[in-house]
Amino acid sequence: MVDIIHVTKRYGEKEVVKDVTVQIEKGKITSFIGPNGAGKSTLLSMVSRLIVKDEGEILIDGSDITKRKSQELAKKISILKQSNHINLRLTVRELVSFGRFPYSQGRLTEEDWRHVDEAIQFMELEDIQNDYLDELSGGQKQRAFIAMVIAQDTEYILLDEPLNNLDMKHSVQIMKTLRKLVDERGKTVVLVIHDINFASVYSDYIVALKGGKIVKQGTTDEIIRQDVLREIYDMDMTVGNFKNCRFCFYFH
Amino acid sequence: MKKRYLLLALIILSFISIFVGVTDLTPLDLLNLDADQEQILFVSRIPRLVSIVVAGASLSIAGVIMQQLTGNKFVSPTTAGTMDFARLGILVAMLLFANTSSFGKMVVAFSFALVGTLLFMKILEKIRYKDTIFIPLVGLMLGNIISSLSTFVAYQNDLIQNISSWLIGDFSLIMKGRYELIYLSIPMLLLAYFYAQKFTIAGMGESFAKNLGLNYQQIIHIGLIIVAFITSTVIITVGVIPFLGLIVPNIVSIYRGDHLKKNLPHTALLGANFLLICDILGRLIIFPYEIPINLMVGVIGSAIFIYLLIRRQKNEA
Repeated sequence: MVDIIHVTKRYGEKEVVKDVTVQIEKGKITSFIGPNGAGKSTLLSMVSRLIVKDEGEILIDGSDITKRKSQELAKKISILKQSNHINLRLTVRELVSFGRFPYSQGRLTEEDWRHVDEAIQFMELEDIQNDYLDELSGGQKQRAFIAMVIAQDTEYILLDEPLNNLDMKHSVQIMKTLRKLVDERGKTVVLVIHDINFASVYSDYIVALKGGKIVKQGTTDEIIRQDVLREIYDMDMTVGNFKNCRFCFYFH
Repeated sequence: MKKRYLLLALIILSFISIFVGVTDLTPLDLLNLDADQEQILFVSRIPRLVSIVVAGASLSIAGVIMQQLTGNKFVSPTTAGTMDFARLGILVAMLLFANTSSFGKMVVAFSFALVGTLLFMKILEKIRYKDTIFIPLVGLMLGNIISSLSTFVAYQNDLIQNISSWLIGDFSLIMKGRYELIYLSIPMLLLAYFYAQKFTIAGMGESFAKNLGLNYQQIIHIGLIIVAFITSTVIITVGVIPFLGLIVPNIVSIYRGDHLKKNLPHTALLGANFLLICDILGRLIIFPYEIPINLMVGVIGSAIFIYLLIRRQKNEA
């Protein structure tokens, strides 16, 4: 379980995250939604220790993240940021093998390689595992990065806009994979996501932020409602049911 | 290219290198050396060979480390000002402690190179517009400023000639007793190998490195210390050799990718081979005279560099 307790982050004078308290449950997909500049990514980065918080506490399974060794945390929690521009020529397999770094410090054992193979299989990357990343499409690259996170084999997986720049087919593929990670392997996934319908269909719990504060949090059914969404996004949406899923229509 | 071919090439080139020169020395003579030949072999030819191999390997590795840490293929000790700072360091050492040993000069050169390269990295952090070509241009400008400063100070103190001998890399002055400092870069090569994977991870960016539990700043600093140390040992023994740290890693990257741990032996071997070829050609072209190594590397290197630039633009188009 991740406990975010009265957390605040400032950039200069500006408070980008204001006194946020959230509990992220184990074995669930939790999505952070909200308009641009709501502080979603900042919050996610603080949970993963990439950014240092100014106030409050963040506990993972009851222990403060600032008091734990970074190397130990890397076995517990992983994060994938939205832009992964790397200028290094690496193959998919080499990238995925970096996911084992927290365990092996660079000298991979047989067990490490087993995790690498499994992650590659899980993301269906066998055919392109020896191709260089700079020769792959956006969707393939994103799958390779997610495979690396899977190889890292952490209980908590944090993803910042994992569907960015992906077409519908690949977006669905990635969300299904995340669902599988949660349902079959008991992982806990936390997402920052912009597409409200992907959030609705695939998450268990939704946290809505606006202007650095939490507007509302609850199960998908509690959040994907016309009145709640109006408060979050300042716009009217039609919410309907289709095949047991809630959909938002907001194009008019 | 397989590693064993590179190794074979290195052995053959080393063999040729030993037997090229004004004084006649043939492989057959090895069985029956006269005093002169023995002198030539042990005082000049072998030290020269060793320093070429070590300089070639270590400068290439210094280059690849910088390219990994900055995530930029065009950054190297030449294009980040490291060499110019090291040279300024030597000048300062000569001015302040006139009779200092080579080792003393090297220590000062190392400190300057390290501070200079750190400064370059700090400038990089501040630049928003991270264009691939723009970053080495910043480094070259920084280097040129430092270089003009060195020239000015040297001119004021009548040291122009001294300072230019460190400007131009030259293996013809390598002799027993005057090159041994270069051996100090060998432990640095081992250290580089030990940290190879960490450099690659650091090269993927700070958040990427932190996610994997790597101490990002520490790795950057270790990398820069290795680079500054190698650069200053080579400058103090051989002089400036431009482009080497730029070209060799780029060639290796094309056919081997950038996984540093897998690349390092290739980079070292190719660097040594490349420098040996340049040196042997430089000795043969205007025989019995010699073209300085930095000119040879400069000419061959800039041709390859232009080719790499054009090739890159084609790929991006």
